[in-house]
Amino acid sequence: MIGQVFSWLTDSAHWTDTPIDTGIATQLLAHIRFSLIAVGIAAAIALPLGLLIGHTRRATFLVAGANALRSLPSVGLLVLLTVLIAPHFYGRTDIGYVIPTEIVLVLLAVPPILSNTYAGVDNVSPAVTDAAKGMGMTERQILFGVELPCSLPLIFSGLRSATLQVIATATIASFVPLGGLGRFIYDGLQQQDYPQMISGGVLVAALAMAADLLLALIQRSVVSRGLSGRFSRAVVVTSTSERTEVEAG
Amino acid sequence: MIRFESATKQYPDGTLAVDALDLVAPSGQITVLVGPSGCGKTTSLRMINRMIDATSGRILLDDQDVASVDPARLRRGIGYVIQHAGLFPHRTIIDNIASVPLMLGRSKKEARAGAMELLERVGLDPRFAQRYPAQLSGGQQQRVGVARALAADPPVMLMDEPFSAVDPVVREQLQDEFLRLQSDLGKTIVFVTHDIDEAIKLGDQVAVLRVGGRLAQMATPAELLSNPVDDFVANFVGRDRGYRALGFESVTALPLESEPTVSLDSSFTAAEKAAVDGWVLVLDGERRPQGWLAVADGPSATGDTISTATLRRGGTVAERDGTYRAVLDAALSSPTGRGVIVGPDGTFAGTINASRVVALIEARAEAPR
Ligand SMILES: Nc1ncnc2c1ncn2[C@@H]1O[C@H](COP(=O)(O)OP(=O)(O)OP(=O)(O)O)[C@@H](O)[C@H]1O
Ligand SMILES: [Mg+2]
Repeated sequence: MIGQVFSWLTDSAHWTDTPIDTGIATQLLAHIRFSLIAVGIAAAIALPLGLLIGHTRRATFLVAGANALRSLPSVGLLVLLTVLIAPHFYGRTDIGYVIPTEIVLVLLAVPPILSNTYAGVDNVSPAVTDAAKGMGMTERQILFGVELPCSLPLIFSGLRSATLQVIATATIASFVPLGGLGRFIYDGLQQQDYPQMISGGVLVAALAMAADLLLALIQRSVVSRGLSGRFSRAVVVTSTSERTEVEAG
Repeated sequence: MIRFESATKQYPDGTLAVDALDLVAPSGQITVLVGPSGCGKTTSLRMINRMIDATSGRILLDDQDVASVDPARLRRGIGYVIQHAGLFPHRTIIDNIASVPLMLGRSKKEARAGAMELLERVGLDPRFAQRYPAQLSGGQQQRVGVARALAADPPVMLMDEPFSAVDPVVREQLQDEFLRLQSDLGKTIVFVTHDIDEAIKLGDQVAVLRVGGRLAQMATPAELLSNPVDDFVANFVGRDRGYRALGFESVTALPLESEPTVSLDSSFTAAEKAAVDGWVLVLDGERRPQGWLAVADGPSATGDTISTATLRRGGTVAERDGTYRAVLDAALSSPTGRGVIVGPDGTFAGTINASRVVALIEARAEAPR
């Protein structure tokens, strides 16, 4: 079976488009596009909101509320939204399917980003914000100059877990008739072509790992070494600062 | 100068943290606020830089009501040091120190150069500059906190229990360095502590607060020890205040006994000959006291010389114009009962025993003051 999957994946005919079939390359790009749009929109919503809630400590119920979203069944929601939305867009475009799909993915990506961003800001030691305020920083300077950079490790772990989830779940785009790597899984299932189906899964996993690696590299370059603990000098003097790690949900 | 004019702070929940406080913190001096936990020290301090706004009354900073100044601008001109330093974990030490100058618009180069200077000034090795706070010990972080507060050279410093989170040995070091620094800089400092010993050691004047934020007594440390206004202050100041008060009075015209001495390289025979009651004081080449030699301990193993290993070095040494407390302690801690007194240059001046010191203390008490 492994051999069959391997030969399916390495068959160059499967990578390029034919008049009947869409190849791996195109579906991979489609998958990346769905995922990027979803994570991008989710970040645009959840990052500022999380920073604001963390800084003001107001409306924290939104964080708990967003976490409740995680329990929604993705496929069920997708079907429901498609039934509601798709009829308004019949015609040549597939936008009527894209919108429901992106909504489902965004709803999935918002909670980890929001709760981690909030936790990141909330976790900044009160002594640090007190000192910042006491030296004459404005609220804005405290938020962007202290709280945001100090929250980056947690923000990144939120982004990474959101990205993983979105890439994995974006396969459902193929449940409504859209592209993406899920196509191989659903088609493989339907045609009982198991090498194709498993290859689809392998491709999704590979994409997820590649995305995570990319984010990890970005994280390494933007998070201060003072927070990540990767100090350049070998000697570490006894530290009294305590840092709490909050696990990304 | 900082002046509280019936400054009052009532929290929204009704707690009256500071009640009509009148207080003056003179320029160039250290004013310590001390009192039991919850008496309103932190609240009083934070009203100065408007981290907390007074509910009534005023606080004047050089005759200007702080309430009339924009809080962020006000704070940039006031150094602020807190208990757990509160260093920015994502910035290097040098950039932590340079924070305020950079905010004030100084160039990066200038701010960093100033920060480097301060780093040394607070007793830290320049190689700490590129480290991060997590790589420093608590005491080192606290020093950086002080350096950061000093960076823009503010005339006023507010310090809230800055040394209370470190162990006693480090605390003492930090206190000594802080006093040395202040003698150079002459800032107007308001310093909060709950530790009366720290208050007495550091304060030019000490304000004792009682719970409810009321001023119990404002006095110099010596006055506080010798003349507490009521039982509350007396109890708070502590039991051995009589002895501690001696630390604030310098002796004059100390009647010293001459004492036979030998130098480190003398023979044991010479030392034995010079000894009084079996003891002789040993000096180094520059006539600085090294310790007492007990004749009974015998010569060193290698021959007729003084063994440095058996020298009794436990006694304290007091300066001739030091305090009564230091002189008495020298007498009490000496194995011979003869307290070793030195001149300002550290060379041996003579000895005095405890009963003579006590007689001096009594004579001074009888004289009308
Ligand atoms: N934000 C607040 N809301 C309500 N009450 C407060 C608040 N902050 C302080 N208090 C109360 O005001 C009083 C004075 O508090 P403050 O922090 O000034 O005491 P303190 O003298 O600094 O004590 P400590 O030595 O323990 O630091 C206390 O009774 C405290 O409980
Ligand atoms: Mg306090």
